[in-house]
Formats: sequence, structure tokens, C-alpha cells
Amino acid sequence: MTVPAQGAASGLARRIIVCLDVRDGRTTKGVRFRENIDVGDPAAMGRFYYEQGADELVFYDITASAEGRGIFLQAVERVAGSLFIPFAVGGGIGTVEDMRRVLLAGAEKVSVNSQAVRRPALIEEGASRFGSQCVVLGLDAARDPESPSGYRVFIDGGRRPTELDALAWAVQAERLGAGEIVLNSIDADGTREGYEIALTRMISAEVGIPVVASGGAGRPEHLAEVLAEARADAALIASMVHFGAYTVREIKQYLAGRGIPVRLE
Amino acid sequence: MQVAVVDYGAGNLRSVEIALRHLGADFASSKRPEDLAPAPRLIVPGVGEARAAMEALEAGGLDRAIRKFVASGRPVLGICLGAQIIFQRSEERDTPCLGLLPGTVRRFPAGLKAAGLKVPHMGWNRVFHRGDHPLLAGIPEGSFFYFVHAYYSEPADPALILATCDYGLRFAAGVARGNLAAFQFHPEKSGPSGLRLLANFLAWEPRERL
Repeated sequence: MTVPAQGAASGLARRIIVCLDVRDGRTTKGVRFRENIDVGDPAAMGRFYYEQGADELVFYDITASAEGRGIFLQAVERVAGSLFIPFAVGGGIGTVEDMRRVLLAGAEKVSVNSQAVRRPALIEEGASRFGSQCVVLGLDAARDPESPSGYRVFIDGGRRPTELDALAWAVQAERLGAGEIVLNSIDADGTREGYEIALTRMISAEVGIPVVASGGAGRPEHLAEVLAEARADAALIASMVHFGAYTVREIKQYLAGRGIPVRLE
Repeated sequence: MQVAVVDYGAGNLRSVEIALRHLGADFASSKRPEDLAPAPRLIVPGVGEARAAMEALEAGGLDRAIRKFVASGRPVLGICLGAQIIFQRSEERDTPCLGLLPGTVRRFPAGLKAAGLKVPHMGWNRVFHRGDHPLLAGIPEGSFFYFVHAYYSEPADPALILATCDYGLRFAAGVARGNLAAFQFHPEKSGPSGLRLLANFLAWEPRERL
């Protein structure tokens, strides 16, 4: 009885995801001169972007100490109570128990990166315990002509090269049960000159799970480019909005004007 | 207590609780049938896999508890996996389900990938109403809701369909009959529209029973 959709085959919007770094329970960058909010409070910042129309948020814990991790979990709980969109948590996740803690604190998704490279079974364990939709692979890649796909996987915050080819690792992660890939280009990261289009297009075309483009966003055109040309399912942004150059809503209005389906309400 | 939430180890229990707390609802989550039975309304949440969910429900006697609750005429809301297991059968590991509504839960066809549509269907998609229902009150036609799923329900009776969504095919985003309503998306993660839907459920006085 299901009838084929008429017109557009899908009403699914491309997602705009805001990424926040958290150290010792405090967000490390923030809009300085807007609204009357505590820019160091992850819950206040999360709420700020929720109200601007962010589709999803990611909180990366860049804390080094064990005490800091406890404070981070408390921050995650406060975030969960202050916004009603999905959010992911990453940074220092190495065991199923680590995953359980952040999910219990109220996160929808857990992002694994270096620890999954060291021990790929982590993805499998997380997916079978909590479901694939919970397990996000963070993949840091940099150009390397000696790697078969032209891109090599790096770990430990992009500092340490691995033996893994970026495309092969993405495909393997999907097979292991990852539900989504956040694909970060080390070459583009911090340049604000645009996402790494070739890398994003290659990985997104090859895997059957959503790919979130990350690294290099500086202007709304960059998001249009990576969502339309590189077929990313979502785009991650950080400094573009943290320093007040744009709001999420302004970016989405621009994308809508370019014919890219976004959630504007 | 205003509403009970069935705790059978499903992934999104915490998110549902947080949204209910935000709405000021007096709720209790429990895995014990005797705790659920006296509640004025019931939510069956869920993220995960149909077979595991049915096994968990059956092991705790929760399948019977849910059936009895629905039969009592009090309002029941299914969310995501909780909206799938109310049908007769799921293609996910060919699992017999609760059979409260006639129909089958199917996997999105493999052909979607060729059309550039990935499975799971993950993200915000537009939901269109079929007629009026108290649970959709105040929610504009075509509002976005957050979905994460690889399976969708195919009701045997089109009259069960309350709302639809397009993802390669048109599927039932919401179904309802009598005192039972269920949605494939996650109202607890769908911003103001989702909170409105949950608030509508908390105020819902069904005029008929399933």
C-alpha cells in the first residue's frame, strides 16, 4: 500500500552541526559580544545554538585529567536537560563503559576516533550494545599520495600518522557497525578556505552511512559546496559561528536560497 | 503520577525522561508490570533492534502489561522502535511483534542507495498530516522531526495512518487508532514541534478505544 513519493523522493534536510570543545567542563571558544550568556558554559552555549536552529551538536572533551572527565559528564547532563535536539559526545572514548556513561548522561551518539583505530572492535562492541545509530566514527585524514585513496588516517588529534588508508578505514568502520562518519580534513582544518571536497565526495559515494564533512568552513558558500557537490549528508561548523561572524540561521537561510534542503522553522 | 515509561533497556529512555521533566510531567519509568499498570497513560520508547526488544519485553512480562494497558482504553504512545513493535511482525530478524495493529515493519529497500539515499534514514525530515488528530494540534503541516531508523511500518489498513514522510518512498510517520498512537520519529529530540506533540499526548483524552 506504500505509494511512491511524488516530486522529491526525499524531504530529508541536510544537517548543520555545531561543534564545541570542552575542557574541564567549560567550552573553550564562544561568541563574545552577543546575547547575555555564559560563553564558557556548555549548556548555555548548546541552548544558544539550539535556539538558532542547529540540527545537532557535538561536544568534544579535550580534558586531560581524570577529575576533568567527571566534570565533563556533569556538563553533558546539563546540556541534555537544556536542549531537545540530538547531540554527540567525543574525546577519550575507549571502552563500552565510557560509551555507556555519556549515553546515560543524555547524549544520543558517541564519537570514537583514535581508540577505534587502535582497537577496531570498539566500534563493533558499541554498535551491538547500543545500536549503530549511537556510534559515530571520527576520521581525521590528510592528503598522502602514497596511500591508495590519496588520503591517510591520522590519530591523536591529527598528530600521529597511521598505516590506514582513509577510504579503506571508512569502509571497514561501516562494516564494523559505525552509524555515521565525521570526516575531518587535516589539510583544510583551520584554513577557513573551504572543506576538502574531493575527500568528502569520495568517502560519501563509497559508504552507505551518512558522512558529516568537517574542517575548513569559513563562509556559507563552503557549506553549499560540500553539501551539493561533495554530497555530504551534513556539515560541521565551529569557529564560523563561535566568533559571531554568522549565526546558524543565517547560514541556513543562505543554503535554502541556493536550493539546498535545510530545516528552517 | 501522570505517565509511566516502559523501561526495557531501550536506548532513548533518558531523552524521553528529560523531555517529560521539561514539560513538568510527573512520570515514572519502570521495568515492572505492576508499576506500569496503575498509570493514567503509558509511553513505549525505543531505539535498537526489534528481536532484542521483543525478547526483553517478553522476559519481563511487559508484552502482556502493554496489551492490557492498551485494552484498558488509557492513552498509549509508541516512539520509534516502540512504534514498530505494536504491529504484527517485523522484517528485522523476522520477529513476531505485539500485534496491536495490523501490518508489517519493513526495511528500507537496498535500491535507495542508488538514489543517493542512505540507510538508516537519519536526520530531520518533513512530516505531513492525514486529517486532524489531537496529537498533531498546533503542529504546522510539513514540520520537521528527527528520525533515526532503517525500518518503517506498513499498516495493513491505510486508515491507521496519521502522518506521512517521504524517503525514497512514502511511509507512515505516525499511526493511531483509538487510544493508541505511535510515531516513527523522536519527538523528544525534535525541538519545539516534538515537545508540542508530547504535551499533546499528556493532555490527550481518546474518545474511542482500540
